[in-house]
Amino acid sequence: MFDAKMTRRTFATTMGVGALAALAGCGGGASEGAGDDSVKIEMVTDTGGVNDQSFNQLAWAGMQQLEADNGWEVSYIESKQDADYATNLDKAYDDGADLIWGIGFAMAEAVNNAAEQNDDVQFALIDGTNDNGAENLTGVLFKAQEPSFAVGYIAARVSKSGKVGFVGGMSSETIQQFEYGFYAGIEYANAEQGTKVEYQGQYAESFGDAAKGKSIAQKMIKNGCDVLYHAAGGTGVGMLEACNDAGVWSIGVDQDQAVLFPDYKTIITSALKKVDEAVVNVSNGIIDGSIVGGDNIILGAAEDAIGIAPTHDVLDTINADLYDETLALIEKIKSGDIVVPDTKATLDEFVAGL
Amino acid sequence: MFANLILLIGITLMYSTPLIFGALGGVISERSGVTNIGIEGMMVIGAVAAATTSYFTGNPWIGFLAAGACGALVALLHAVASVSFAADQTVSGVAINMLAPGLALFACRRFFDGAAMSPIAPKLPKILGESGLAGTPFANLNVNVTTVIALLFTAIMWFVLYKTKWGLRVRAVGEHPAAADTLGIDVYKVRYCCVLLSGMLAGFGGASMTIAIIAQFTQTAISGHGFIAMAAVIFGKWTPFGAYGACLLFGFTQALVIMLGGGDFVVPSQILSMLPYAMTIIVLILFVGRSVAPKADGVPYVKGSR
Repeated sequence: MFDAKMTRRTFATTMGVGALAALAGCGGGASEGAGDDSVKIEMVTDTGGVNDQSFNQLAWAGMQQLEADNGWEVSYIESKQDADYATNLDKAYDDGADLIWGIGFAMAEAVNNAAEQNDDVQFALIDGTNDNGAENLTGVLFKAQEPSFAVGYIAARVSKSGKVGFVGGMSSETIQQFEYGFYAGIEYANAEQGTKVEYQGQYAESFGDAAKGKSIAQKMIKNGCDVLYHAAGGTGVGMLEACNDAGVWSIGVDQDQAVLFPDYKTIITSALKKVDEAVVNVSNGIIDGSIVGGDNIILGAAEDAIGIAPTHDVLDTINADLYDETLALIEKIKSGDIVVPDTKATLDEFVAGL
Repeated sequence: MFANLILLIGITLMYSTPLIFGALGGVISERSGVTNIGIEGMMVIGAVAAATTSYFTGNPWIGFLAAGACGALVALLHAVASVSFAADQTVSGVAINMLAPGLALFACRRFFDGAAMSPIAPKLPKILGESGLAGTPFANLNVNVTTVIALLFTAIMWFVLYKTKWGLRVRAVGEHPAAADTLGIDVYKVRYCCVLLSGMLAGFGGASMTIAIIAQFTQTAISGHGFIAMAAVIFGKWTPFGAYGACLLFGFTQALVIMLGGGDFVVPSQILSMLPYAMTIIVLILFVGRSVAPKADGVPYVKGSR
């Protein structure tokens, strides 16, 4: 149909429109710091924008806390599309920032490049690694397996049918950390309680296909699962919806999704990555010199950078002690008594050792 | 086994519904001779309009109608550019696809204090009520009411296109607008109507995602559905039931992927995820045969020109 009519001229016009749209990438609001200190921190969001109700928003909350605590000048730039990352990082550099945050795995390559090109400014990156060893870049990663372990424990304790499920986004090392942690948490609960809760997992191979997330959840519910957990972004929204439809417990991810979706009464807890606290702590560390760039920081329970959602009203109606017991479990992770597996090999080892 | 079959059917119907609306929109527009690759964008607008209106009015049916109206409004842009001003229809469609996601996000942020997704909005009912058949093996057959509306619209469009005078005119305009013009048919009026209808249907498609399958607008709610719907138009040889069948097939393969995945199967999920697309190509090549577009599809009509 349209390829036949897509003449060279229309193609050129189309590309022209695209280029214009790319140029129209956008600067965001700045909030003026009133402090006497001249430290200036700027963050660049990925395409989710600063109010994405996810990690960008949490990062910005951390920035605002830095402003309140230290009187630093903080601001953000929103990226409207992938092509904006490099431009926005350059803009942050031109603004004279002392520290520039790139938020989200999608920005990893752009931040790595920017750090190499502008070696007189510090960069930090959420959910991405310092790939080329740039001296002025700190990659900040989270041990996603640890909060997943905690919610896996909760899932196994809550399940009446003896079956729980996990819906993954794209199968990658990062998302598998959620899966392995969750699985380990279930097995830990099984060993502790003498139960035999089974695990089912499936990947949607998409972070944006809500219908697919809903379908996978429906299948798991049909198979008898009565607690579902996801690490699947927009695909996971479909899972939460399916659980709400069927009256089956669900577990949110990254942030407190029971607060985010107050209408879903079936969300019992969420596995948290405390991006806001990471931004505060790492920024403080970089500015005062206790964190030197050039490496990656992996944050987990030991740094209080992960946890489970503070909202536990629904959970309390099922088992009033479970919330506190899970917090105690996180303490064990923190103290190193439990080392949560994050790969298939360590998982097998962990399960065998229970 | 039986429960699996029911689930397979349920997922197929759920998955294909937004696509069917989009594809019907494509059929009506292209039958009148206007290529509409802006279906995706119109669906996005419908998606945000549905969730927003349903949230604020508390009535999902008003949300559904608003989605149709907003979809038609965006389609009006396409109609003005490609019918009145004889602009290149592909470019106009691409422009709408670029404009719509930005506009949708802007609207969402405007209405919901800068949030990139809407709160949970009231949903359209299911055909047997919210908990009809719950707990029985048939629970997954309690489909969204949009699934039935989609089938109804397909039948209506088939009837209108092939059994009414107006339908004959639409097809005439799509095949040979100059001939239709000499017989006293107002080519512009017919095309305007069809493009607006197309936008309305695409808007309904967006609504059937954000107030039926899920209950909120997210940036990824509509991601590529419009393009799959366009493929379904061609696959279905520009007929309403052809497009309907193509969408069902796509939904079925997706359901198959979901049913096959997750177990102890050796097939990696990445490979499985290709199945719907691979299957579409194979069926297209082997079973569908030559698919011929309406003759004047994509050609702007300028009165008096030959």
